[in-house]
Amino acid sequence: MSYDLLALVCAAYVVVLFAVAFWADKRAEAGQVGWLNSPLIYTLSLSIYCTAWTFYGAVGYAARSGMEFVTIYLGPTLVMIGWWVFLRRLVRIGRTQRITSIADLISSRYGKSNLIGVLVSLLAVAGTMPYIALQLQSVTLSFDVFATNPGENLNQTAFVVAAGLAVFTILFGTRKLDVNARHHGVVIAIAVEAVVKLVALLAVGVFVVFAFAGGVGPMLDVIAASEIAEQSLKPERWTVIFALSAMAFICLPRMFQVMVVENYDERHLATASWAFPLYLFLMSLFVVPIAAIGLNELPADANPDLFVLTVPLAFDRDSLALLAFLGGFSSATSMVIVAALAVSTMVSNHIVMPIWLSRRQGGATVSGDVRDVVMLSRRVSIGALLGLGYLYFVYSGGSGSLAAIGLIAFTGMAQVMPAMIGGIFWRGATRYGAAAGLSVGLAVWLWCSFLPSFGHANLIPAAVFQNGPFGLSFLRPHALFGIEGIDPLIHAVFWSLLLNSLAFCAVSLVTMPTPLERLQAVSFVNVFQFSQGAPGWTGGEVDAEDLLMMSQRILGGREAQDLFISVAHGQGKEGYLPDVTPAFLERLERELAGSVGAATAHAMLLQITGGEAVSVEDLMKVADEAQQILEYSNQLEAKSAELGRTALQLQEANEKLMALSVQKDAFLSQISHELRTPMTSIRSFSDILMNGKDMSPDERQRYSQIIHDEAIRLTRLLDDLLDLSVLENGQVTLNEQSVMLDSILDRAVAATGRPEQELTIKRNPPMEAVPLYTDGDRLAQVFINLITNAQKYCDAEKQELEIDVDHLDGRTVVDFIDNGSGVSSDVQSVMFEKFARGTDHRAAGGAGLGLAICREVMRRLGGDISYLPQGKGTAFRVTLPKARRAAA
Amino acid sequence: MASGPERRRLFLERESYQRRRWADAARLLPLVGFVLLLLPVLLKTTNDALVYIFSVWALLIIAIGIVSRRLSQASPEQREEATPNDSSDPM
Repeated sequence: MSYDLLALVCAAYVVVLFAVAFWADKRAEAGQVGWLNSPLIYTLSLSIYCTAWTFYGAVGYAARSGMEFVTIYLGPTLVMIGWWVFLRRLVRIGRTQRITSIADLISSRYGKSNLIGVLVSLLAVAGTMPYIALQLQSVTLSFDVFATNPGENLNQTAFVVAAGLAVFTILFGTRKLDVNARHHGVVIAIAVEAVVKLVALLAVGVFVVFAFAGGVGPMLDVIAASEIAEQSLKPERWTVIFALSAMAFICLPRMFQVMVVENYDERHLATASWAFPLYLFLMSLFVVPIAAIGLNELPADANPDLFVLTVPLAFDRDSLALLAFLGGFSSATSMVIVAALAVSTMVSNHIVMPIWLSRRQGGATVSGDVRDVVMLSRRVSIGALLGLGYLYFVYSGGSGSLAAIGLIAFTGMAQVMPAMIGGIFWRGATRYGAAAGLSVGLAVWLWCSFLPSFGHANLIPAAVFQNGPFGLSFLRPHALFGIEGIDPLIHAVFWSLLLNSLAFCAVSLVTMPTPLERLQAVSFVNVFQFSQGAPGWTGGEVDAEDLLMMSQRILGGREAQDLFISVAHGQGKEGYLPDVTPAFLERLERELAGSVGAATAHAMLLQITGGEAVSVEDLMKVADEAQQILEYSNQLEAKSAELGRTALQLQEANEKLMALSVQKDAFLSQISHELRTPMTSIRSFSDILMNGKDMSPDERQRYSQIIHDEAIRLTRLLDDLLDLSVLENGQVTLNEQSVMLDSILDRAVAATGRPEQELTIKRNPPMEAVPLYTDGDRLAQVFINLITNAQKYCDAEKQELEIDVDHLDGRTVVDFIDNGSGVSSDVQSVMFEKFARGTDHRAAGGAGLGLAICREVMRRLGGDISYLPQGKGTAFRVTLPKARRAAA
Repeated sequence: MASGPERRRLFLERESYQRRRWADAARLLPLVGFVLLLLPVLLKTTNDALVYIFSVWALLIIAIGIVSRRLSQASPEQREEATPNDSSDPM
């Protein structure tokens, strides 16, 4: 097969790819996405993991180290199998936060810090460069197989390939600014290439196993007889590369691009979880057979990295060789395209845009279309990246096998892993920690892995490998801290990741995150609880028109206006400009982030809003929302219980009021009755006096006497009422002093003693000599009342009243006992109430207030009065107040 | 015999219980795979390793195929409900 024919076929293939990509973009523009978004396409797009390194290099790897090559596939297989734990979370975060790249993810998680974005971008550039060189090398070598003069024009071929890839990527990768709007053309082209490379490798494998070896059994015999049969696996390399490939699968910029950024539906992961491992399984199934046959049948100096191509050629299967070539070409191109796309987005969003923004006076508010700048920076980045890859290829000059270069790139990108895992699962991870970890990891990787990859003595003098820089032997690139004899790859992976993780954790533990960082930490770690994310803006004094102006320059005039109008409608407003609410700012920031990355979008909005995003107080509000709801419900519960108790108390109070109202009514009716009786008799007798002109002086005298008596009674009643009211209201002033009980009794008896009365009073003078400290006049009033009562109500023939003084329980009591018939028990219960009067109205001289007054007086004095039930007569017991003070 | 709504709720609980167990299986599977795929280093010849690795690999693909199918059959809302379990973080 001629070199020219090969070039022609290759060109035709490229044209077909362009056509497919163009067609897919057209379809997508017309809105007919349909199966362009199917899980199958998603799975196939993941196959950019299988690069030319995989296609050619795996066979070479197997020829050198036996089954060790398969670890490169087992790592990703394990990650896909564990999709439920990690990838699902990652994809959800990517979708809710509108993540544009892995640098954007890390920077967004750590408070939209641009420093972190820059670090990850640098790492990505450094890690992608050798990888692109690797692809150029494999494509160039495969071309060289067909060349008439092998070994010539290698660099030219590489340059042409690099330039062609740059053009393709710029054409289809930078059509739209919004990275989240999927690159359908690119994705479909990748899917086609995925099918081509799988078919090519399977075709070569089937040819080798079935057409050449004659079946599976004979093939196993051939392997058993070949050089690789006794290649024992090294446990440490097996484990490290296994883990490294798993980490790289997540961290490689191109993998993140197709897996997270271009993901259309989370459910595609479920399909990819088995379909992609199956793809890898098929890709590696025939690697060892091809390697074994190549080792057996080809000359000893043949490059094992090209067995996929040279084995069919050795058996004159030109068309098979051509297919294999196209497979290898597909692997290389698809990888380079997506990697360039992903890394250029990072470089543009995290390095170029921030610099451009800060150099422009007035920042984001100046006029002019930012989109052109972003686009230009992306296109230049793509060109520059491929240029760097080309330079790496030229200067590393085939420094080693394909697999070795690939692992260097893997190790580089794996440095993102601690910051990423920490960011997704640990809320305490801070941006200082992430920056420290990334810097340490980057430095160790550069020193131990990247720089040495240019060959001993190219960039680092041989003396440094021997003795360390400046004679510091503990810094030797392949023997850090003096520990020698480790495989250089394992050495680099171990030290870089160990020091990286240590720095990350230690610095995170001792530093404090900013409020925005904490907010982002919550929405990342708890992405399944808070899919909407917490509002990162507090609103503020922003003019919606300024925001529209800025958005137009990034999203485009039409798109920005549509967004603003839809938000305004959502707020129920007519017109074009919505209110600047936190929710609106949040949404706008996400939309902008889809185009220029979270950090740049945040920075631009900050410039317009005046640098106030979220305060600690807002953060506490959000974080404690659940707690607050809980507390609120507890408070409600407590309040409701309190209300219940209050209602009960109200009911009781109401009942009391009702009872009081009844009492008051009764009291009023009684008092009017009591007042009316004397008034009636006064009125009628004065009538008689007015009309009786011929009345005798005796009669006049008698009637006048009645009127006078009734008036006195009325006055006494009113006096009593007044007295009682004063007593009950506590307005009485007591005139307390030292007195002797017997003198008070003497006064009382003297006051009531009338000559015509026949009441005999029996006293016991020796017992009466009790000193008191009290209001003597009030006490005498009580005694007088009791004696008068006895005079009035005692129904005995010969009235007798016995006054006994006694001491009970340290208190002095005075009993008044008469020899009457006593009081019935139903009267006893009410006799101290107002207007209660004995049934006998014979001597109804009083208004029935006497005993009520007595009780009030005694209570005021600190004593009491009660009825003393006993066999004979009526008896009252007056309990005197305690002798609070000895007689002065 | 239980009334309609009660039977329905019982059915849903059972469904959600099973979905959680499938999610547990999805979490367990990578661990199992990791352990199984570390073992080849003990095998002496390339042929033994080849056959062992590809057998385990095929089994893992079948297993995750079944588990993922079960998990994705649940509607997104129902899956949401099963997630708080796996995202319970300290702090």
